[in-house]
Amino acid sequence: MEESSKVIHAIYTDDDVLMSAVKKVKAEKHHIEEIYTPFPVHGLDKAMGLAPTRIAIAAFMYGCVGLTVAIVMMNFIMIEDWPQNIGGKPSFSYIENMPAFVPIMFELTVFFAAHLMVITFYLRSRMWPFKEAENPDTRTTDDHFLMEIAIHNNEKELADLLKETGAVEINIIDKAH
Amino acid sequence: MYTFSNKLKTFSIALIILGLIGVGYGFMTSHKSLDDVKTMLAEESSAHGGGHGEVTAHEVVAGHDNDTHSENKGAEVSEHHGDEHAKHVQHQIANRPWSALYVAAFFFMMIALGVLAFYAIQFAAQAGWSPVLFRVMEGITAYLLPGALIVLGIAVASGTSWLGGHYNLFVWMDPEVVAHDKLIQGKSGFLNMTGFIIRGLIFIAGWCTYRYFARKFSIAQDNADVNDNRNFKKLFRISAAFLVFYIYTESMMSWDWIMSVDPHWFSTLFGWYVFASMFVSGITVIALVTIYLKSKGLLPHVNDSHLHDLAKFMFGISIFWTYLWFSQFMLIWYSNIPEEVTYFVTRFQDYQLPFLGMVVMNFVFPLLLLMNSDYKRIPWFVIMAGIVILCGHYIDIFNMIMPATVGDRWFIGIPEISSIMLFAGLFILVVFTALTKAPLLPKGNPFIKESEHFHY
Repeated sequence: MEESSKVIHAIYTDDDVLMSAVKKVKAEKHHIEEIYTPFPVHGLDKAMGLAPTRIAIAAFMYGCVGLTVAIVMMNFIMIEDWPQNIGGKPSFSYIENMPAFVPIMFELTVFFAAHLMVITFYLRSRMWPFKEAENPDTRTTDDHFLMEIAIHNNEKELADLLKETGAVEINIIDKAH
Repeated sequence: MYTFSNKLKTFSIALIILGLIGVGYGFMTSHKSLDDVKTMLAEESSAHGGGHGEVTAHEVVAGHDNDTHSENKGAEVSEHHGDEHAKHVQHQIANRPWSALYVAAFFFMMIALGVLAFYAIQFAAQAGWSPVLFRVMEGITAYLLPGALIVLGIAVASGTSWLGGHYNLFVWMDPEVVAHDKLIQGKSGFLNMTGFIIRGLIFIAGWCTYRYFARKFSIAQDNADVNDNRNFKKLFRISAAFLVFYIYTESMMSWDWIMSVDPHWFSTLFGWYVFASMFVSGITVIALVTIYLKSKGLLPHVNDSHLHDLAKFMFGISIFWTYLWFSQFMLIWYSNIPEEVTYFVTRFQDYQLPFLGMVVMNFVFPLLLLMNSDYKRIPWFVIMAGIVILCGHYIDIFNMIMPATVGDRWFIGIPEISSIMLFAGLFILVVFTALTKAPLLPKGNPFIKESEHFHY
């Protein structure tokens, strides 16, 4: 298939109108490339048919890593490497002194789960400092909603459909670099 | 309207009857004569190499210091000690059916009380998701009045010789003990029978008055005009006031009814700890009753999002309970002050399996089972987790009471299980009878539309 370089931008001013437009476009079996909104629209991902996020599963695994790090670290330092008697706390085995280690085990679990999850989020959504913004229309950060659909020689048909769904503005953009 | 199915009614009555038989059996077999206890102890020590034999030997060695009558004196001391020990064990054996009854009675009372607190919080917070569950909660809290009176009744009966007890639960009720105990004497301004009864009655009166009026306003709101929210507003106000009263009385109740079984021990966050236990058990029971009624098609407006919310509360409060359990344990373990650490020493020595097992049941299980948000929407999954949580919190109460009353003579046998059956039967009977008294959908609640369409 020849790679299409033309896209259509339909601009809406209301999130409810946008939602019904998305449903209609999906019903007509057009592929929505992207939607830009100024704020989270509840239920938009479901209407678009996006796969659910797996970031919670990643966070759980990061938490397990953090717990393991805490246990291994303190077992080595406090029990194996230099088992001193500090204030009469039993340092003969890890389990005997475990209550004293729980606060650190907990905090490291949370630390790893939270920070690695955030970093994962940044990587997966390609966000970093000095990254060039990919905003097709600056108004979408304020009060406009934009739906982007690729054109495959069906310019007229698509434009009519989008007009019908309540788009206030329809632009055809050539994305060729 | 819900009708109490005959099957469930028969089941609950069967539970009560079986429970009563078992409780009676427990009381009948717990009266052992001193000689019986002595032969039993002798058999035990010969069976496992004689832990008590060592004690005797030690006494004899101590006797050698007074060189003249060393032999005689040593024997005398050990015999005297043996007698005292046998008496101690005899008392522990006699305490067991009382404690079993008390633990089970408290456990079911605390479920109703936890639900009442949850109910009041829903009103005070004006929660939009929960109104479809209010009638379920009102049904469960109907058990509070009989349940709390039974708990107080058992406590008082156990501590008065003329009601059949022999100071079986609270040693501070025994004037003999108090006469020789400076520490309890110092606390007798709080720990005395009159104060105990008066405080208990004030707690019960306060809780049940709120429950009575909450129910009344809730029904009145159903029958009121569409735009007449006066009853709801009254309910909102009394709920807020009740929560203030509740948090004070719950704390004092936990000192009176639980912590005072160990009158030498005290802990400042004990009230919160008991609260967390009752709150999570209460929420679990709301979820279980809701799932049951829903499976009968009686709660058409309850969807899996309501279940999801309840399961989230079960999950969150389980972790809250663990946090308090660990905070109490770790602070005492860390500082290791003899006067307070004995509490955990006895639990680690004699109750290792229930003490650590309950942490697994109340923390690790719900943590791993209810973390996934898809699982929280599956009824049988929530039921399984709920049963584990409820068993865990029964053992929690068991661990609070038993070490002080029966010591190492504990077992989960006929007296314990039949006490659970007795109160479970009573609980089912009272709760499901109360559920038949009003429509299961509180249609007059101003948040009911939101609640019916709640989805997460």
